[in-house]
Amino acid sequence: MSKIIRVGFLRGGLEIKQFMRQRESVVFTLLFPVLLLFIFGSVFKGEVAPGVTFSQYFLAGMIASGLVNTGFQQLAIMIPIERDFGTLKRLRGTPISPISYFIGKMIMVFTSMIVQIAALLLFGVLLFGLNLPTTVDKWLKFTWLVLLGSICSAILGIAFSAVPKNGRGASAVVSPIVIILQFFSGVFFVFSTLPKWMQDFAALFPLKWLTQGMRSVFLPDGFASQEVAHSWETPRTAAILIIWLVAGILISLRTFKWSEK
Amino acid sequence: MSAVTDSPLAIEVRGLVKRYSSKAAGEKIAVAGIDLDVRLGEIFALLGPNGAGKTTTVEILEGYRNRDGGSVKVLGSDPGNLGAGAANWRDRIGIVLQSTKDAEDLSVAEVVHHFANYYTNAKDADQVIEAVGLTEKASERIETLSGGQRRRLDVALGIIGNPEILFLDEPTTGFDPEARRAFWELIRNLRTQGTTILLTTHYLDEAEALADRVGVIVDGKIIEVSTPSNLGGRNNAKARISWLENGVRAELLTDNPTKEISVIAQRFTGEIPELAVHRPTLEDIYLEMIGGK
Repeated sequence: MSKIIRVGFLRGGLEIKQFMRQRESVVFTLLFPVLLLFIFGSVFKGEVAPGVTFSQYFLAGMIASGLVNTGFQQLAIMIPIERDFGTLKRLRGTPISPISYFIGKMIMVFTSMIVQIAALLLFGVLLFGLNLPTTVDKWLKFTWLVLLGSICSAILGIAFSAVPKNGRGASAVVSPIVIILQFFSGVFFVFSTLPKWMQDFAALFPLKWLTQGMRSVFLPDGFASQEVAHSWETPRTAAILIIWLVAGILISLRTFKWSEK
Repeated sequence: MSAVTDSPLAIEVRGLVKRYSSKAAGEKIAVAGIDLDVRLGEIFALLGPNGAGKTTTVEILEGYRNRDGGSVKVLGSDPGNLGAGAANWRDRIGIVLQSTKDAEDLSVAEVVHHFANYYTNAKDADQVIEAVGLTEKASERIETLSGGQRRRLDVALGIIGNPEILFLDEPTTGFDPEARRAFWELIRNLRTQGTTILLTTHYLDEAEALADRVGVIVDGKIIEVSTPSNLGGRNNAKARISWLENGVRAELLTDNPTKEISVIAQRFTGEIPELAVHRPTLEDIYLEMIGGK
């Protein structure tokens, strides 16, 4: 068991090294969200509620999106590519445990996610004077949302990695799903202004609950009354993320493929 | 199969069958009942044309594919049913796959050192890099390697765990002649260290240069297992004598060419016109074997 964990951490180090050396992935993961924040923050100057700027609202959504980008999107695209390139087949021919492989992936996801969130918060505060939470309670909630959200997102990425037929097409299959969910889940638009069918559809998926959870951290407590449910729905958020997490684990165990054949 | 079984078996295959079915082509039999014994410490080459079933057979032995019939033992275990012993079994085998393009952003040394961590009896990573002739490239990114160097890295990753059996699937496809010679030398060195090697190839000269025994595989069946020098009965194949007599080309197949030539010589004064004695090359025999099926 200790070997499985040790090799998992070694893989994590190797994955981070590979990630940092791929300039496109670094730019896409780290700079793109900051760029979006800059564009949306510059275009939409208004307030969504008294004392709550659109930028502040958008920041919460972008951080929730970051969990989906670095976990689900990154893994669901990267694993089919690794399958094509023979990475997984080679690993399967060695004594490495799949658990070590997944630990390595989690470490990589977690690292890129931390860096992305840190970049968003830094630029948000410096450029737009956004407000960070001031109470311990809110930071604690932020911590468990990030932990649960990123693990859930990564597991669902592994589960979804069985869907793309090959590495080349993976991005075309995965990215639209993420973008549509971002539109439907209150990242680019204020959620309460969306049509009801869009809200109901988004409520089936984790991103809506992550954005709402992040709003409960980054927006004033009073904003809860502006939400569709007139509440932050914290217990329900946790429950839905856990349901998706369990589903993701069960699906991964059944469908994960080391090779394309 | 020969009666020589003085060393214990590393690989034992009986009646191996593998079928593929596709919507387009219906059912195709890739492996049609193969028997195969590979002894510990030998280099065994599976020789055959593309699509003969070499890779399918080897991938079943490596535990990558399920089989549809027959029995398989590799180092005493069934690769199709390893269960909890999988990691221990994989600890003892080394696999060099057909072309891969993974880990391009890492250096040779990073990858070889990393893979050493997977095995309980790993070799020294720097020595392995040295053995495959990549010391000068050790700190280079893998994407900068040539095809031959890339293949040497694959071998390095195949042997880093100090395997008892090494599987090599078409290891020198796409090599220039010089790179192939160097690669063969590397494989011979592994043999002297006692590693059992099963390699597939469609190059006859490769099988001849490396293998203790060769199995010729055509259409999913092994049609002969022999040493390279005895393959197809080459050691006692008939010689073909040809010469010119009365303006006509004459030809004779014989087991005793010297005697026959002395008989023919009596009909001429001096030289026999355009006399030639021809023995089949391994290539002649091989082409006849795979063509005749």
